[in-house]
Amino acid sequence: MADQTFPIPGTPDASLSRGAALLEQLHSWVVTVDHKKLGILYIVYAIVFLLVAGVEALAIRIQLAIPHNHFLSPELYNEFFTMHGTTMVFLVGMTFIFGFGNYLVPLMIGARDMAFPRLNAFSFWMTAFGGLLLYFSFVGGFGLYGMGAAPDVSWWAYAPLTAKAFSPGHNTDYWALSLIVTGFGTLGAAINTLATAFSMRCRGMTLLRMPLFVWLMVVTSGLTLIVITPLTAAQVMLIIDRYLGGHFFDTQAGGSATVWMHFFWIFGHPEVYVLILPAFGIASEVIPVFSRKAIFGYPAMVAASVGIAFVSLSVWAHHMFTIGMTSVGNAFFALSTMMVGIPTGIKIFNWVATMWGGKIRFATPMLFCTAFVFQFLLAGLTGIMLAVAPWNWQLHNSYFVIAHFHYTLTGSFVFCIFAGIYYWYPKITGRMLSEKLGKWHFWLFFLGFHITFDTMHFLGIIGMPRSIYTYEPDRGWNTLNMIVSAGGFLQGIAVLIFAWNLFDSYFNGSIAGNDPWDAWTLEWSTPSPPPDYNFAEDPVVRSRRPLWDLKHPNDPDWKYEP
Amino acid sequence: MQPRWSFPLTRFRVLVLPLACMRAMPSIAQGALTTPSILAPASTPAHQIYTLSQFVLVITGAIFVVVAGLLAFIIIKFHARKGDAEHEPAQVYGSTQVELAWTVIPVLIVVVLFLTTARIIFAIQDAPKPQSAVDVTVIGHQFWWEFRYPKLGIVTANELHVPVSTPMMPRPAFLQLLSADVDHSFWVPQLGGKTDLIPNHPNAMWIDPQSTGLYVGQCAQFCGVEHAKMLLRVYVDTPDQFAAWVKAQQQPGTQPDVTNAAAAAGRHVFETQACVNCHTISGTAAKGVFGPDLTHLMSRATIAAGAAGNTPDNLRSWIQDPNTFKPGALMPAMQLNDVETNEVVAYLATLR
Repeated sequence: MADQTFPIPGTPDASLSRGAALLEQLHSWVVTVDHKKLGILYIVYAIVFLLVAGVEALAIRIQLAIPHNHFLSPELYNEFFTMHGTTMVFLVGMTFIFGFGNYLVPLMIGARDMAFPRLNAFSFWMTAFGGLLLYFSFVGGFGLYGMGAAPDVSWWAYAPLTAKAFSPGHNTDYWALSLIVTGFGTLGAAINTLATAFSMRCRGMTLLRMPLFVWLMVVTSGLTLIVITPLTAAQVMLIIDRYLGGHFFDTQAGGSATVWMHFFWIFGHPEVYVLILPAFGIASEVIPVFSRKAIFGYPAMVAASVGIAFVSLSVWAHHMFTIGMTSVGNAFFALSTMMVGIPTGIKIFNWVATMWGGKIRFATPMLFCTAFVFQFLLAGLTGIMLAVAPWNWQLHNSYFVIAHFHYTLTGSFVFCIFAGIYYWYPKITGRMLSEKLGKWHFWLFFLGFHITFDTMHFLGIIGMPRSIYTYEPDRGWNTLNMIVSAGGFLQGIAVLIFAWNLFDSYFNGSIAGNDPWDAWTLEWSTPSPPPDYNFAEDPVVRSRRPLWDLKHPNDPDWKYEP
Repeated sequence: MQPRWSFPLTRFRVLVLPLACMRAMPSIAQGALTTPSILAPASTPAHQIYTLSQFVLVITGAIFVVVAGLLAFIIIKFHARKGDAEHEPAQVYGSTQVELAWTVIPVLIVVVLFLTTARIIFAIQDAPKPQSAVDVTVIGHQFWWEFRYPKLGIVTANELHVPVSTPMMPRPAFLQLLSADVDHSFWVPQLGGKTDLIPNHPNAMWIDPQSTGLYVGQCAQFCGVEHAKMLLRVYVDTPDQFAAWVKAQQQPGTQPDVTNAAAAAGRHVFETQACVNCHTISGTAAKGVFGPDLTHLMSRATIAAGAAGNTPDNLRSWIQDPNTFKPGALMPAMQLNDVETNEVVAYLATLR
């Protein structure tokens, strides 16, 4: 009997106290390599920083509501607008796209996880700690000397303002170092996404049967690999300049300020497409499902996405029309920039054609996507205006530019992210978000967005430059600035409603079931939330809409797809 | 300078109604203003850009009306109705002809836009410099503007004087743009587009204002803590006014009258304090070049790069602590006692 064990009743879990169970739960989130948990971490992290950077934006708008305001000191204002831009691009935008990518790419291609789960966790934690490093500057900027100092050199950080001579203290170091750290996280996530999409697809899923969201994550990841590299290189050069006596950007020792601009914008412009392409992906999933039609012109959509990525690599100097390039240089970048309008135009027309003849259900995700199409159209048209180099000499660095890129990053990117959250929240949590609160969120945000950013275009046209902490009362900008600020607060209220909806629906939302939207891609074939292994059996697909085929056995897609 | 180029599209002006309203709006809202609107051009480059912008607005406006109209129609026509849930609509997967159409049409639009744009780029950027041009070297500093007229031997700050340029007597101002420290950008919207002032990278631009008066603008490239108060004033003078201004600026600094004891004492304070390290007053020991030249300070309407009016009170506050007007300005508080401050102000008031 000595080699026999006696079963003792009870499970190990039951022996844990409540505190220990919570700790166990937290621990599981920290050590996880599951793509779904990491995706959720990315998205929650992005939402937290969305709120933080939103508060910074509102502080900026309070300061600018009236001329000669003293709400923020010039120093604090410069920190806030720098941090608002940096946070929104690197800690909100990038984390949202890789959050969605992480959660959805394996599910959409019928895989059980990303290709490199440990790299995935590493990437997330690099990004997370990069963000914390950036925000630690608020308390740690001057180290022992007391008050901290956040970066205050604007998010494009033109040399030589970033040199030791003009930016003593550690503000700029926090900025450069944290972007190097998040940059490595982003590169890891991009490599992982590419490897997953290329090598983990289920049987039958050819490249041209991948959902468009996956395609756009592939294109975005490829673009990320190309453009994060020069950014990181530029940051390293900046640190060398600041600490090791380098003179890359040190104009007083023969360095070049314009080299920084080229390095920054060869990253900075494609970065806009890195963010907006996955947003296109979300729209390309949501619009067909709510229009009840297959996406119009799938191959054209794929080609246009790849085309945008290529063209976007040749347009960076349109941020530099005013730096004194040659007239031929200016003409070249005007042309290349206008050419972006062709593939983006194709995408807009395809979304519109998808809606044409459909039976459109305007649930909250579709409301956001419809507004996105409208706003992206306008963003594209103001983009054409800015591509007209001589007009750009007037509009550059004015509030017109601010309005234009908020039309792309808020009016297009954030609207699609909201659509995506309303659309996939049921899959992620198993519960529906409240449609009533969702509609409030949409309409308030939509209204606030247009009050703020439509008005900003006109401020730019009447000569208000960006990055100014205050302005003269005799310039005729007073009324419009007040309107812009009021709209900002409307958006703030809408985002609070959204945050409450996320929280409340987690506990009280109606149960979603596997497929609440009657959708067609593979993730909806799994339970909500999906089990750790995603699919009990490896799925096999014969078309771009495997669930359509399942639901309409008499009229499956594979009969029609080329 | 004659406009070398004119755009036969003024008839589109009626279509650009919102812009016309914009031009009128601020003046309705707030009375007398100096709004630096790009819609009120007063110089050839600004005019050419304005005309080009109207043409682009008409094209983009037409695209907007067509696509947004289509979207609105779809929203109204194709939204789901009761009972729709029973049947899915007809599935359409695409159409090569349609895709081709909405690829080719944008290509044609891009060709038209590009050719128009390129024409204006070359017209403005490569315009030849006439003999009669006035040369000005503009040097950006944190956070003020230095203007040097190399041919006229004038150095001044923050308020640029140029003569009016008429078709009969074209006198464009050709600006050479330099920077003493970080990047800045010269932008006076009514006179032309902006061009950056980049250290180690000289730039150039030109303006030919066609009517006299004051045109305002400001630095348009973030240059540090007081970027917002790096304001620009351009005075466009009649030929006579300009000649008189040039003559006055070419004089050496006025010496205080013997009867004005306060000013004489002020000069002594000025010359024995740190003031001389940064400021120049010609004819005195003050030969600094870090701050604005004060030789003819009283000929300027503002101090602190337009942040405050040039009054004795403001000068006093400025000397006591520049942070009153511009927190972060690079001039330190001078730590003079009240008597000394008043003497320096009395001295500065004589610098006409």
